[in-house]
Amino acid sequence: MKKELTFTLNGEAITAEVDPKWTLLYLLREVLDLTGTKEGCGYGECGACTVIIDGRAVNSCLFPVMEAEGRSITTIEGIGLKDGSMHPLQTAFIDEGAVQCGFCTPGMIMSAKALLDANDKPTEEEIKDAIEGNLCRCTGYVKILDAIKSAAGGR
Amino acid sequence: MTGYEYYKPKTIEEAIKLMGSLEGARYIAGGTDVMVLLRQKKIAPRCMISLRNIADLTRIDIKDGLRVGSAVTHSAIEENEHIKKRYSALNDATTHLGSRQIRNVATIGGNICNAAPSADTACPLLVLDARAIIAGPKGAREVDLDDFFLGPGSTALEKDEIVKEFVMPPFDENTGSAYIKHTRRQAMDLPILGVAARITISVKDESEVRCRDMFCTIDSISNILSRLKEEGLKCEDARIAMGVVAPRPIRAKKAEAALKGKIVSPELFEEIGNIAAGEAQPRDSIRGEAWYRSEMIRVLTKRALIKAIDRVIRPDEAIYPERLW
Ligand SMILES: Cc1cc2nc3c(=O)[nH]c(=O)nc-3n(C[C@H](O)[C@H](O)[C@H](O)COP(=O)(O)OP(=O)(O)OC[C@H]3O[C@@H](n4cnc5c(N)ncnc54)[C@H](O)[C@@H]3O)c2cc1C
Ligand code: FES
Ligand code: FES
Repeated sequence: MKKELTFTLNGEAITAEVDPKWTLLYLLREVLDLTGTKEGCGYGECGACTVIIDGRAVNSCLFPVMEAEGRSITTIEGIGLKDGSMHPLQTAFIDEGAVQCGFCTPGMIMSAKALLDANDKPTEEEIKDAIEGNLCRCTGYVKILDAIKSAAGGR
Repeated sequence: MTGYEYYKPKTIEEAIKLMGSLEGARYIAGGTDVMVLLRQKKIAPRCMISLRNIADLTRIDIKDGLRVGSAVTHSAIEENEHIKKRYSALNDATTHLGSRQIRNVATIGGNICNAAPSADTACPLLVLDARAIIAGPKGAREVDLDDFFLGPGSTALEKDEIVKEFVMPPFDENTGSAYIKHTRRQAMDLPILGVAARITISVKDESEVRCRDMFCTIDSISNILSRLKEEGLKCEDARIAMGVVAPRPIRAKKAEAALKGKIVSPELFEEIGNIAAGEAQPRDSIRGEAWYRSEMIRVLTKRALIKAIDRVIRPDEAIYPERLW
């Protein structure tokens, strides 16, 4: 049976019809067409589905859609600046060559954004801690760390 | 996936009543175990009763000891400075559980009620003498955590019951605790073995341990223990718990008894490690073989104990915490 939900998505209040058995990831990708958020494993292991809920990075593949009610959710589509330009993390990922196939990138950037929003001068250890739940098969992580450090420095 | 209805009660009483009235219902907290089981088609609940929106379950209270609500997330525990200082073993477990994303939603109650032999918060709660406060249709009751675990996935919870919170006694400055999670990789891994220890110490005639500086060096554990022996450092009380060595997390009670009241020394710690290893019944599994786990219990029991002693001797933030224990 469908239920109506109201929450804030990328800064705007929205109302959506959902089936209680959906995950938040399903709602985002299959219904709202926000396909920037990826599904890798579906088991909380890879972090490709990371979104920010009330300021914290969360695996949307494990998040029951019914818990979205009343919360503020940010996806990769919602982090660009008001003037239409990219978020400093996005620019840094490109400049540092931290994107190869790009599948992990949205999740990686959302984890990094949750960190930088709470702590604008993170240590390398804190950066590693923030992205420990994000797997990347391509880059070897070094350039991703560089990109996050450079975005933090440039803020 | 078969469908289910999703309920979001605001009080414990409402949740228990719902559980009693609905067919095929299941409690869900952070959902990091439940949602995985669901996706693997290992469970097919008709209703989910969420515990996430019950304010009484999400509180941490540090008056006269420690009370941690069952729906408190691992991140919230990790960020609590009082827990880090006085209940360090619990902080050790929550900082290395899953990933940042998992810790942001997964709860301590879910970890304990799921009752995996590898549950990271179980050994710390055992050594911190935690009791589970349980609410149910017949009222409230208390269960010592040591009586809570029955086997893999099996607990003392009866039909419709909810764990409300975990209660721990206060510990003074002479008590320290630690949890060591032994994994193949640092992040996102379940333990091959987990060992927690809590120790209360006293020093003969003097208030200060003179060999304190040794903890700031890379000197060996046995050298440090020899110095502590010379200084007459006595173990007043101790707890040791081990995970992934039996169908449920267990206390090493014989090792605890052998430690209590003794002056610490390299020989004593060697013996304690051996006794603890003798109390475990590890099995071969994909994460490690039984003989290896037995060997590592000896090593990690010593390490967890000295890490706990270190925390009493160097409570100071500037040098606290990390030696590579
Ligand atoms: C990628 C990944 C990595 C993980 N890594 C680790 C790890 O390193 N270490 C570790 O120990 N675990 C790990 N886990 C397992 C899991 O995250 C933890 O066990 C977590 O603490 C479960 O909490 P939860 O709130 O998500 O539980 P849920 O999934 O919501 O619930 C778990 C079980 O407990 C019951 N339950 C929950 N709360 C209560 C309550 N208050 N009263 C009665 N019953 C209740 C539920 O009905 C369910 O059966 C990992 C899981 C994933 C997906
Ligand atoms: S898809 Fe959610 S963690 Fe992999
Ligand atoms: S860039 Fe390919 S997975 Fe990270």
